[in-house]
Amino acid sequence: MIKPKSLSAGESQSARLSPALAVRRQSDKLAKWLFFIFSIIPVALAIFIFVLLIYKSWPILKVNSIWQLLTGQVWKPEEGLFGFWPFITGTLWVTLTALLIAVPPCLLTAIYLSEYAGRNIRAVMKPLLDLLAAIPSVVYGIWGMLAIVPWIQNRLEPFVQQYLPNFPLLKSDNPTGFGILAGAIVLAIMIAPFIIAVLYEVMNNIPSGLKDASLALGTTKLQTIHRVILPQALPGIIAAVGLGASRALGETMAVLMVVGNVAKAPHSILDAAYPLPALIANNYGEMMSIPLYDSALMTAALILLVIILIFNVTSALVLQRVMGRMGV
Amino acid sequence: MKKRWAKRHVAEAIFKVLMLVSFAMVAGSLALILWTILSKGLPAINWAMLTQAPKGGYYLGKEGGILNAILGSLIMAGSGTLLALIIGLPIALYLETYLRNSLWARYVRLALDILWGIPSIVYGAFCFIFMLAIGMRASMLGGIIALTLLELPILTRAMDEVIRMLPRDLEQAALALGSTRLEVALRVVTRQMLPGIVTAILLAFGRGIGDAASVLFTAGYTDRMPNSLLRPAASLPLAIYFQLSMPYPEVQKRAYAAALILTVIVLVASLGSRWISSRLGKNVIK
Repeated sequence: MIKPKSLSAGESQSARLSPALAVRRQSDKLAKWLFFIFSIIPVALAIFIFVLLIYKSWPILKVNSIWQLLTGQVWKPEEGLFGFWPFITGTLWVTLTALLIAVPPCLLTAIYLSEYAGRNIRAVMKPLLDLLAAIPSVVYGIWGMLAIVPWIQNRLEPFVQQYLPNFPLLKSDNPTGFGILAGAIVLAIMIAPFIIAVLYEVMNNIPSGLKDASLALGTTKLQTIHRVILPQALPGIIAAVGLGASRALGETMAVLMVVGNVAKAPHSILDAAYPLPALIANNYGEMMSIPLYDSALMTAALILLVIILIFNVTSALVLQRVMGRMGV
Repeated sequence: MKKRWAKRHVAEAIFKVLMLVSFAMVAGSLALILWTILSKGLPAINWAMLTQAPKGGYYLGKEGGILNAILGSLIMAGSGTLLALIIGLPIALYLETYLRNSLWARYVRLALDILWGIPSIVYGAFCFIFMLAIGMRASMLGGIIALTLLELPILTRAMDEVIRMLPRDLEQAALALGSTRLEVALRVVTRQMLPGIVTAILLAFGRGIGDAASVLFTAGYTDRMPNSLLRPAASLPLAIYFQLSMPYPEVQKRAYAAALILTVIVLVASLGSRWISSRLGKNVIK
């Protein structure tokens, strides 16, 4: 903002300002300070959450080494055994399976929307994705319990037992239908709108000159997608998947309701698992009487937060760079 | 030559079919979810369900409805959104009209992005520790605070993105006419971004009202109507979660009804934001 020098020079000049202008300038200054104080809130909150989690996990970290906790297989709080291995592997299994289910259709849908679909379909798809993204996780959870779990229990598991009894990732003695696959299917649908939206942005940002040049050489659309668009979009695709993963990792309720919650490291996608958020949600509130229990749960929250932030911040940085390079 | 040409086009056709199948899967899953919720929820909805609190104690009673959860959710998510707006709007205005791309602005945005990534269960646990430390029990106030924290980054970042998209000329014209930055922020920017603010508010409200993990410890659950800031309050997501796991069909019915109502509220918010922003958008100078 340009302002005449004389106005800000000193007391004698500012006395010459009309009272109305003085008030306006005063309130501008005041607002600047007030706004600044507000802007401290998010920064302070982020730091405070970390500090508090570390402070609360400290008691258990003093007794056990972090390595011991991370790789410990046994979870028996009453005996003072806090092994996070089953929960960490459970979280990763559910998230990875969800990504494997979600990413191929999301990629195809995003390509379809950005390269093939006409205006009308695009106009319908955006609100549709918004609606999918808006549905609360508990509702996804109900749907998983009512639709997915019975399907796995009554159709998939008998099928697997009859035809693929010793198939490596499907072999399981969990007959309930509640398990990693159910959680992963629900999660896959939850994160799909999110991933598609980011992928669509990335693909739309590829300069159309590149596509036109390729098409002008006589390639089919598919060849252009394969040789031009996908290589260009690759970092963006990775970032979109990373953002989806960070979403999936932190999701609590929908997963908690269908994943079975058994504290044992899983070996098959039909096994039950016990992801970290479910551990916190199920046990917080009734952990007061057992020593170190709340500290252990806060360590679980800290581990979860660190895993999520690694995914989140890396993907955000990649995405920023990708979008920046493409001149947006 | 001809053979290769044919092969390319067969591949293209297969790819197209695959894409259409994926597209149908995404759209179909939405339809499937809505169908499940509707077919279970509609038979459970009746007048008593909407106008009564559960009777019979500790969410095991077979009579009554879910009014306590509906009201609790609306109050908590509404107040949470309002508080988040009160804190978030100045931050968004400050980021764009005063700071632009300075170092502090980058830190604030990074902090907001980090906060956005924090899962709601961690917010819930964080607030709960905090409440324990100051001797507060699970209460409506706790739920409101947890939802405020959850919604703050969503709301602020959404508004920030909206302001960024605004044309700079209007601001500069206003500044050139001698207005202070505060006046530009309040009279030009805020008015220009009004549709964006409404969209952001409804987005954050939808996230807040649907979130169970953050209110699980902080607000608790009760069969009584919400009557005091310092007492526990029911909420729709928790009404679903707790009542669904009960072995009585009458209680489960309340869960289905709650799921339907929650879905309707969230979908109305989502569609409403679209409608309102297109209506308010008429007054925005592009």
